[in-house]
Amino acid sequence: MHLGRRLSGVFWRRPWLRGVLLLLPPLAWFLLLYVAALAVLFASAFWTVDPFTTKVVHTWNVDNFREIVTSVEWRRVVLRTIGIAAAVTVTDAILAFPFAYYMARIASPRVRPFLFVLVLLPLWSSYLVRVYAWKVILAQDGILNWSLGKLGLPDANLGYSVTAMWIVFSYIWLPFMILPVYASLERIPHSYLEASRDLGAKGWTTFRRVVLPLALPGVVAGSIFTFSLTLGDYITPTLVGGAGSTFIGNIVYSTGLGVAGNLPFAAAFATIPLLTMAIYLVLAWRTGAFEAL
Amino acid sequence: MKRIRIVALAAVATALAIPASGAGSSGGLPTAVGPGEGKLTMIAWEGYLDPKWVKPFEKQSGCKVQAKYAGSSDEMVTLMRSGGGGQYDMVSASGDASLRLIYGKDVQPVNVNLVPGWKRFFQAFQNPPNNTVDGKHYGISLQWGPNTLMYNTKKIASAPKSWSALYDPKYKGRITVPNNPIQIADAALYLSKTQPSLGIKDPYELNQKQFDATIDLIKKQRPLVKKYWTLASDEISLFKNGDTWLGASWPFTTGSLLAAKVPVKEVIPKEGATGWLDTWMLSAKTKHPNCAYRWYAYISTPKVQGQQAVTWGETPVNKLACPAMNRLAKGSCTAYHANAPESYYRSIKFWKTPLADCGNGKKDCMDYTKWVSAWNQAIS
Repeated sequence: MHLGRRLSGVFWRRPWLRGVLLLLPPLAWFLLLYVAALAVLFASAFWTVDPFTTKVVHTWNVDNFREIVTSVEWRRVVLRTIGIAAAVTVTDAILAFPFAYYMARIASPRVRPFLFVLVLLPLWSSYLVRVYAWKVILAQDGILNWSLGKLGLPDANLGYSVTAMWIVFSYIWLPFMILPVYASLERIPHSYLEASRDLGAKGWTTFRRVVLPLALPGVVAGSIFTFSLTLGDYITPTLVGGAGSTFIGNIVYSTGLGVAGNLPFAAAFATIPLLTMAIYLVLAWRTGAFEAL
Repeated sequence: MKRIRIVALAAVATALAIPASGAGSSGGLPTAVGPGEGKLTMIAWEGYLDPKWVKPFEKQSGCKVQAKYAGSSDEMVTLMRSGGGGQYDMVSASGDASLRLIYGKDVQPVNVNLVPGWKRFFQAFQNPPNNTVDGKHYGISLQWGPNTLMYNTKKIASAPKSWSALYDPKYKGRITVPNNPIQIADAALYLSKTQPSLGIKDPYELNQKQFDATIDLIKKQRPLVKKYWTLASDEISLFKNGDTWLGASWPFTTGSLLAAKVPVKEVIPKEGATGWLDTWMLSAKTKHPNCAYRWYAYISTPKVQGQQAVTWGETPVNKLACPAMNRLAKGSCTAYHANAPESYYRSIKFWKTPLADCGNGKKDCMDYTKWVSAWNQAIS
């Protein structure tokens, strides 16, 4: 009892101590498991493997990075991955905005929960199942070509291609764009719109000058999800991609875990999405997107 | 009663002696098989540890089998080395992985005299170069199969006679090829016949010039390929859904598609074919050697050899497996070439890990890491 009172006295006099004690376990966990793992990853990128026994040799060099930069094929993989991640992000932003706008500002309170369920429903089923479903839809003898044939149209020939990946990624990550955009749209006070109208702005001008700038952080927040999730994925390219649909993640998987066990090279390749995301996050932070998260 | 006890004691003594590799072994190899240790952890190709033949083994040996399925040769090598080795007792390594495990000192030699079925193997599979080095047997051969050219008979009227079909722009977007670096050997085999000036003798032993020419061919093939398949089930769905019309494949794939009423046929083109041979290998740090030797004896018997062959569309290495195969599926022995003459499988270039030292004393061949890197870049 005495000890308890003395302790609470100490905490009362030194409030920072309370903060440290509260944060210490999660912080230690974070540093140990998360940051340390990343540090090891980055360090091992500067090692190589013995070609004969395929065991890691711990001598420092930049051979892995040199190979990535000088090879046309590896550059093509990096550009393809970043390009598709960007295309998916733009597509999702365009698809998500009207939906989120309707949810936040037009739909009645009775309809809104129903729309929420619609957005979240796909997330209740496994990611793999949904990608497989698309594989069946886009296959040569699949539902899409079958429907086109019934309408007298030629085959779409979309199966196992870069276009197929773009469609599937855009579908899979759409909820991650809708929710932050919805959150930012919902937070716009109605008085702002009234003020805009009172000052003589028409509907379109209000949207362009008031709604869009205030919703932009939400779109950027959503784009962090869609961009980073696409950038790191390797399952969708494996399942619905064809020849020449290889992603950064596939190279990391095939050179690191599998083929030749070249972990250092995989680590070097894995730093590319890491750096890309770091640059992206700094840009996003500048637009104030983190407040919309 | 007394005699039984003495026998039991002797058995325990040998069992204790084997792991220590001291008394009871010659040249580091065990000379007798003691009672099982009750457990056996194994890395295998999916389905290789089917309850059909694992259950009876567990019953008769008392060794409980723990299976870990791997999807690729490279995954197998990685798993065998995980945690410093010794986590797994055995691995069903294919020829493109076995030499890596041998030279990496991940596996240990096996005394073939303790495996009765081994004497009944076709000679070529008693000591094939992908599991026997300097007369030492690093494992016991299991099953093999050719890599064939399969095509849809409805879409392609006349049977392709050459591997050139897989490099023909006529079939653009209708071709599928395995996503496996060892596939470079298929292209090299084709070039060895069509471009004799390159002087390719063994598709797994390529110098820089031969290698570059082969990779060029693969790069030219890439725009024609619909998809590089990873699992046999990938290729099956590609043919089922009409996405591809022809591709490099396994007899297992052809069998599965025919069973699903897809009109396909397989051929071994005039240039010949590559093939794979799987070997059960024994970890250098195994803690259950007696169970492992019991497994070796069991899996090499004609009956189990036939069972596995029919289940997975493979060819057994034991000469006496034919009756067992035909009992399970009529005509399967001939269908899978289990009774073919030695000349048949001598014509197949079996997978082996490419090494820098290819026997000419110059060490100028492309090793497996180069194969992997070149393959991944060529198809990306």
